[in-house]
Amino acid sequence: VYLYSPAILWQKETEHNLKTAFKTAVCLWMILLKCKFCRVLGVSCNVIKPKDVARLHPLVNIHDLVGALHLPGDSVVSPPDVNHALAVASAAHGVQIYEHTSVNHVVVKKGHVTAVETDRGSIECEYFVNCAGQWAYELGQSGEVKVSVPLHGCEHFYLLTKPLSEPVQNDSPVLIDMDGRIYTRAWHGGILSGGFEKNPKPIFTEGRNQLEIQNMQEDWDHFEPMLSALLRRMPGLESCEIQQLVNCPESFTPDMRCLMGETPGIYGYFVLAGMNSSGLSFAGGAGKYLAEWITYGYPSASVWPLDIKRFGNLQSSRTFLRHRVMEVMPLLYELKVPRWDFQTGRQLRTSPLYDRLDMQGARWMEKHGFERAKYFIPAGKDLLALDQSKTFYKPDWFDIVGAEVKCCKEAVCVIDMSSFTKFELTSAGDQALQLLQRLCANDLDVPVGHIVHTGMLNQRGGYENDCSVVRLSKNSFFIISPTDQQVHCWSWIKKHMPSDPQLHLEDVSWKYTALNLIGPRAMDVLSELSYVSMTPEHFPSLFCKEMSVGYANGIRVMSMTHTGEPGFMLYIPIEYALHVYNEVMSVGQKYGIRNAGYYALRSLRIEKFFAFWGQDLDSFTTPLECGREFRVKFDKDTDFLGRDALLRQRVEGVSRRFVMLVLEDHDTELDVWPWWGEPIYRNGELIGVTTSSAYSYTLQRHVCLGFLSPTNTDGSPATVTADFINRGDYEVDIAGQRFPAKAKLYPFSSLFAQQKRRKDDMELSNFQSK
Amino acid sequence: MAATSQVFRVIRGRRFGRILVPAITCQNCSRSPHPCISATQPHSFEQRWRHQVRGYRTSPAWHTYYLTPPQVNSILKANEYSFKVPEFDGKNLSSIMGFDSNQLPANAPIEDRRSAATCLQTRGMLYGVFDGHAGCACAQALTERLFYYIAVSLLPHETLMELENAVESGRPLHPILQWHKHPNDYFSKEASRLYFSSLRTYWQELLDLSVPGEQPDVAEALVSAFKRLDNDISLEAQVGDPNAFLHYWVLRVAFSGATACVAHIDGNELHIANTGDCRAVLGVQEPDGSFSALTLTNDHSAQNESEMKRVRSEHPLSEAKSVVKQDRLLGLLMPFRAFGDVKFKWSIELQRRVLESGPDQLHENEHAKFIPPNYHTPPYLTAEPEVTRHHLRPQDRFLVLGSDGLWETLHRQEVVRIVGEHLTGVHQQQPVSVGGYKVTLGQMQGLLQERKARISSTFGDQNAATHLIRHAVGNNEFGMVDHERLSKMLSLPEELARMYRDDITIIIVQFNPHVISGQ
Repeated sequence: VYLYSPAILWQKETEHNLKTAFKTAVCLWMILLKCKFCRVLGVSCNVIKPKDVARLHPLVNIHDLVGALHLPGDSVVSPPDVNHALAVASAAHGVQIYEHTSVNHVVVKKGHVTAVETDRGSIECEYFVNCAGQWAYELGQSGEVKVSVPLHGCEHFYLLTKPLSEPVQNDSPVLIDMDGRIYTRAWHGGILSGGFEKNPKPIFTEGRNQLEIQNMQEDWDHFEPMLSALLRRMPGLESCEIQQLVNCPESFTPDMRCLMGETPGIYGYFVLAGMNSSGLSFAGGAGKYLAEWITYGYPSASVWPLDIKRFGNLQSSRTFLRHRVMEVMPLLYELKVPRWDFQTGRQLRTSPLYDRLDMQGARWMEKHGFERAKYFIPAGKDLLALDQSKTFYKPDWFDIVGAEVKCCKEAVCVIDMSSFTKFELTSAGDQALQLLQRLCANDLDVPVGHIVHTGMLNQRGGYENDCSVVRLSKNSFFIISPTDQQVHCWSWIKKHMPSDPQLHLEDVSWKYTALNLIGPRAMDVLSELSYVSMTPEHFPSLFCKEMSVGYANGIRVMSMTHTGEPGFMLYIPIEYALHVYNEVMSVGQKYGIRNAGYYALRSLRIEKFFAFWGQDLDSFTTPLECGREFRVKFDKDTDFLGRDALLRQRVEGVSRRFVMLVLEDHDTELDVWPWWGEPIYRNGELIGVTTSSAYSYTLQRHVCLGFLSPTNTDGSPATVTADFINRGDYEVDIAGQRFPAKAKLYPFSSLFAQQKRRKDDMELSNFQSK
Repeated sequence: MAATSQVFRVIRGRRFGRILVPAITCQNCSRSPHPCISATQPHSFEQRWRHQVRGYRTSPAWHTYYLTPPQVNSILKANEYSFKVPEFDGKNLSSIMGFDSNQLPANAPIEDRRSAATCLQTRGMLYGVFDGHAGCACAQALTERLFYYIAVSLLPHETLMELENAVESGRPLHPILQWHKHPNDYFSKEASRLYFSSLRTYWQELLDLSVPGEQPDVAEALVSAFKRLDNDISLEAQVGDPNAFLHYWVLRVAFSGATACVAHIDGNELHIANTGDCRAVLGVQEPDGSFSALTLTNDHSAQNESEMKRVRSEHPLSEAKSVVKQDRLLGLLMPFRAFGDVKFKWSIELQRRVLESGPDQLHENEHAKFIPPNYHTPPYLTAEPEVTRHHLRPQDRFLVLGSDGLWETLHRQEVVRIVGEHLTGVHQQQPVSVGGYKVTLGQMQGLLQERKARISSTFGDQNAATHLIRHAVGNNEFGMVDHERLSKMLSLPEELARMYRDDITIIIVQFNPHVISGQ
């Protein structure tokens, strides 16, 4: 999210050319890690010494500072001026602005926005943008068709002072002291200072206090920690007189990122809200992307992390939002550590096995409201307290996950993967097949029982979804997608689905519990439970059979594990979940079965170079860029979405390429770990960024996945060839320290020699982010 | 020697024990860490008193022994209990926000008891303070039984029917009460079967009497429950039990006594049923923010004119002088109404008969064998409560239920002030506003930090009842808590403690003005 802030200000300056005062600014970010983001984005920034801080801003107490991050290009604008400039500029282009008009509701007909009902009559429209800020949630709920806009207001306080005896210069830098949780800037010769406190005050949970925003109560006792932090940082302000303490509520979202894009299910209904108190700095870029979205149907860069479709109705509970934003708001000024899990709003969606796993030591993470086990703490062993385990170095779960990975490699592990999004597409005739052939790049016209890994691509050939499709019968398909695709994939399929009463799409995510049996002994466990031989001769890879497991009949057993390891996925109707789990665990005892979590899965997946939709893959990544051309069937009968773009790209060559980097000379114990977002250097030049990384227990090295996107000398994107990649010397910059790395285009196979890898193992799936 | 003079002041102000006969043994209080000192060698009160006074004068060593503030806190907080009515996301829909309760023993073991429970099959919450005398057996029985009697009396005919059918057919019962108990508040297992059968007989009778579709009146239900339980206690002692231990137990319950003050709060309706000299006082916040006390109960003691009249009128004129002597019933008992105390209720023949058939331990008990003087026309004592009904108003902020140990040390106005200031101090302060004055950031910071310090300085008592006990025991002449004094009072040896203070039991129920004004 931070990436957007400076970038967007740039755009604002260049595109709108507003006559608003831009001022340079200093940001006192204390963390060196921040620096790398800015460099990657091309924003100029540098780390400066305390005495330079004093020179730039004489009021600052520098005695406890180690250094500061200086962003010379940062700027300050005045919201009313920006508003005015925008209004004048747009009015010149024929835009009409109605003031003092309240929107009652939005009229939706046949899934399309048609008009807006206001207290002064109705306005017909094709597109509607809900950017009602605090009230976006309420406005979304007001229509006949409800739109879920998950955001919640919190009171936000900032202080205005009278001018100092020696007025603060207008061009003095903006100051952010994250330890003190405050920001400060010059204001009419005095100071404007606010902050993001540890104990936020959520407000308007009931959402009916629109008029109260005009006269919100000041709360000095609440502001005390921030006032003290301000006076600690700028002791000279003590004699400065108070002008006012302003209480100006801001809206926050469940994951600290704003909400934008078209809402699922209603065409033409766009949202831009939940700016997490950064509305003004994001405004330029967010407006640009949204405008593109409305005009072309998609924005010019991947905005999946901000897409409103990452949320669904399930994040719309007011209680959930209230509790979550109380956790989110303080995080704005906290150090964001890797693998952070929210503590509030948890245990919303759980597998029927939740209690069983929890009792066995599961530690949980949450994805799209679903609880998933990260790893299992062995009995008698205890991890560090939550606060202490926040680290950029080797985490305390290292050995635990290592043991789980070892068990996956040598025996068998069970991972509960029920969070996956599961759809069933059925039709009377062959409509289902036709739809999927159009949506998917791979060929779905396979014999019944086959599983096909495929991307669902957009017109540009980019991944809208990366899924596994099972042909259950001639005209019914089972589609398994990543967890957070629940809303996005649904609306993508719906958007392209002809309105045919004989074609039926159903979300069956809740109906099945998914158990992943990973490991060489998985087939022994299953054959003991089903009296059916599960050897590769009888049950080849990427097959699906309905069979009995224990007493339970009708379990969908699929020979894939999403990791490249041998094993099976079991899709179990939820009422059988406990039975099947108990049977598997008791029979598996003699094969050394144990529970494993997502961290083990992640390590297995990344060392096998499997990409991850939502983190590695996005709607601007094509199969050709990530080495998955073999999953694109150009010669199938149907002209699938994205085919033309891919054909063109095949001729022109790709300008970015997904690679695997194996770190060398990296001390796992002592060096900062790579997590994601680290800059990649080729022959000393910045060439890309990592998208995910994990420690490979097999290679005993860190493996990073990332994209290389080289440029020609004139700055235009250059074509990437295998030769280009193989000829470079690579380094990954982790927190300012560069580590040499080996780049690879294909996964290791010799190192996994003990597992006889079948040819189609290459195709084994790859979407851990589910 | 300022401390000594303070101690003397206390001695003058104290009455020792509310019944002028030795206490019946109290062996069942197994959970109590203190051994029963008077249990094995009963001696007359005079002997004990002289012995204790001598002990104090000749061995003044104890008052050089000081407790540190953390030690004081651990003593004061040992029995504290708080309950917040569960909120839905910061919103409390009940008229009660929660309650704080605490006890400080002076007797060893303590003879006070307390109870709090939520009625599950009807609405409302029940709070009770029970002050036992001549042992803790009767008070203990009340904590375990009285709320069940009340809850059953409040049940409509249909629910009673379900209850009876469930028991009849051996189905599990829906719980009637949800208890809010401190871990030290124990329930005896041995007598529960006996208690249950008596309770069942009671609801069977209620079933016969009640009319389908009719809601029982709370006041009537309270009176009926009180009278019925006292009757059952008396009957169980007369009938006895084949189990020798239980037989002895029911006799001890019947021969000891207890006063009770019970509050039933349902929405805005507050009912107080009081028997004896515990007291319920309402804290009312005046428009200027100060607190005033509204007493909701009348003490049933010699200080109460109408009680004096009632007692005298119930006995022949010839007894007018002997029935209340030295402000005590028959010259012995301070409260004029109480549970148990069958020696003031049964005829002499009945008492003799029961004692003769009773277990041997009883024969050695002087209290049990002792027949009050001038005992001509029993019963002299009743458990019938006086019921007060109060419709809660938004300015009614809290209710203090306390045993007489509290009210003897602190005036009710003082009690309400201390609790009111504690509750508002912890939860709300007048917000600061700059409002056009010239204030610098430094000045504002000073003010805010001072306010913050004030909040945390209330000895860290989260529990209002603990805070009140701290004041009750440790207040000096200026109404301020004096640590030295508090330390002395709390480090008194067990056998002396009762001379300086009585058992103190407090329940403070905090109301939710938003809900109350909304209804």
